[in-house]
Amino acid sequence: MYGVNAILKKELSDHFGSYRFIILFGLIAMVSLITVYMVGLEIKQNIEGVATPKHIFLLLFTSSGVMFSLTEFVGFFGPLIGLILGFDTINRERNDGTLSKLLSQPIYRDTVLNGKFLAGVSVITVMMCSIVLVITGLGLSMVGVIPGLEGVWRIGVYLIISIVYISFWLCLAMLFSILFPSVVTSALSAIAVWIFFSFFLPLGANAVANAVTPEVGLSNADAQLQRARIEKGISLISPKQLYEDSTITIINPMRKTNHSFVRMGVLEKISLSRFSGPLPLSQSILVVMPYIASLLAITIMCFAISYIAFMRQEIRSL
Amino acid sequence: MEIGTVIETKELTKIYNTQVAVDHLSLNIRRGEIFGFLGPNGAGKTTTLLMLLGLTEPSSGKVRVLDVEPTRNPIKVKKIIGYLPENIGFYRDLNARQMLQFIADLNQLPMVVAGERIEYALKEVGLIEEAGKKIGAYSRGMRQRLGIAEVLIKDPQIVFLDEPTLGLDPDATNRMIELIQSVSEKKEMTVILSSHFLHQAQKICDRVGIMIKGKMVAQGSMDHLAEEALGIGTKDYALEEIYMKYFREG
Repeated sequence: MYGVNAILKKELSDHFGSYRFIILFGLIAMVSLITVYMVGLEIKQNIEGVATPKHIFLLLFTSSGVMFSLTEFVGFFGPLIGLILGFDTINRERNDGTLSKLLSQPIYRDTVLNGKFLAGVSVITVMMCSIVLVITGLGLSMVGVIPGLEGVWRIGVYLIISIVYISFWLCLAMLFSILFPSVVTSALSAIAVWIFFSFFLPLGANAVANAVTPEVGLSNADAQLQRARIEKGISLISPKQLYEDSTITIINPMRKTNHSFVRMGVLEKISLSRFSGPLPLSQSILVVMPYIASLLAITIMCFAISYIAFMRQEIRSL
Repeated sequence: MEIGTVIETKELTKIYNTQVAVDHLSLNIRRGEIFGFLGPNGAGKTTTLLMLLGLTEPSSGKVRVLDVEPTRNPIKVKKIIGYLPENIGFYRDLNARQMLQFIADLNQLPMVVAGERIEYALKEVGLIEEAGKKIGAYSRGMRQRLGIAEVLIKDPQIVFLDEPTLGLDPDATNRMIELIQSVSEKKEMTVILSSHFLHQAQKICDRVGIMIKGKMVAQGSMDHLAEEALGIGTKDYALEEIYMKYFREG
């Protein structure tokens, strides 16, 4: 496409040269390394003298060593990568007076948006891939177990979901940077949304579920079930929940459903107790397909809204 | 479109919400001339330029730039017009060469052509020695000249300069005016120059248009306007007198 390359090239060199990126990358690399180191030590101690169980390698990503596992960590702080990369995409150009110059060049208006989004996604991809590779390397030397072909595939799928998830937050930050003329406002509102979805929604879901279902004892199974259903339904509004549910199922072959035990049907409970082997990758993907599709859908929707908002803006106010 | 006319607008109108920014403007710009686009702040000059570039959609009326409609085919128009916006911004972390290379990339110029044009433009605006410095360290005058260099990279047929001398010291202002004049002569470019420096405008403009509150109140050669505003036979006049006359009436 006309001009996208030029903008992509410039944005990439901006990103990789910026202190913002270096600090962010350093921070995330450090936390991931510490997490994996702790997890690695634990796994190493636990598997000594035991016949090596299957898919031990993937445990590096899901078991929580000190405080949280890597997937939880990305679920929490991955959005921050997207937000930090995107919160001043458009309004900084506008405030610096470079946007009108950019748009007076022979490019379409959406080219600016596309180029910047692609650059952001590339940076996210580089960041996530390098982190996962470092973890894999460290894990290999610490645990001493080589991931099987399926393990590698699973890590690949995990990477893709993570990139989509972080891209959603990038998109959201870009949308705010289009809507709000001030960089500070767009940064703060993006962070507010992140805090809401990451911290308050899970609490709120619980409170709402408790409020709308009658107070019952453990004996009333129907009411319990309803409460669990409502809570889950509300918490699924959060992209973080979508992300965590899907990645945990992808990384952990022993996890066969996204339902909590309360919400399982009778047959589901029976099959869970009868068949205890790991799920093949294709089945794991099938289980979380709705979640992945939702993640992708909200990302595309967010991009579409930014696109429309940007195209409709008067250049005079740019 | 008449022969020799490069820009033509008919009854061009732009309304922001309820405010009329440009009011039934009819404008004719001829090939190779320097057209002084004068008027008080907020008269609608920038809005008019944006509509000519296809960056803003007119509410009604017609625009044609070299027989192309800017709203229909903005890319084609933006290829032939170089635009130096008011309060032009730069990427402070780039140096002049990188900035010009970026502009060249956006215009899809081949490597060799881009290289030649960058050197030419830097020489023309006198920034060749400072070309390796970051733009953040440039003075206001240097930035404005870099802005001109950016316009030259495109090798445009028409150039819009929106307040190119704003905030420059007297010496830099004169150099800027000379630069504009020499470039326009050498390249036979049509220049639309919007400025508040009437003294300089009088020196280099072939024709002027005075815009007040969205309306073009006078348009024509300087002598013609002087006759109209100050009476027949006026020889020694300043553009400022003409401007103030129209300004008081408008």
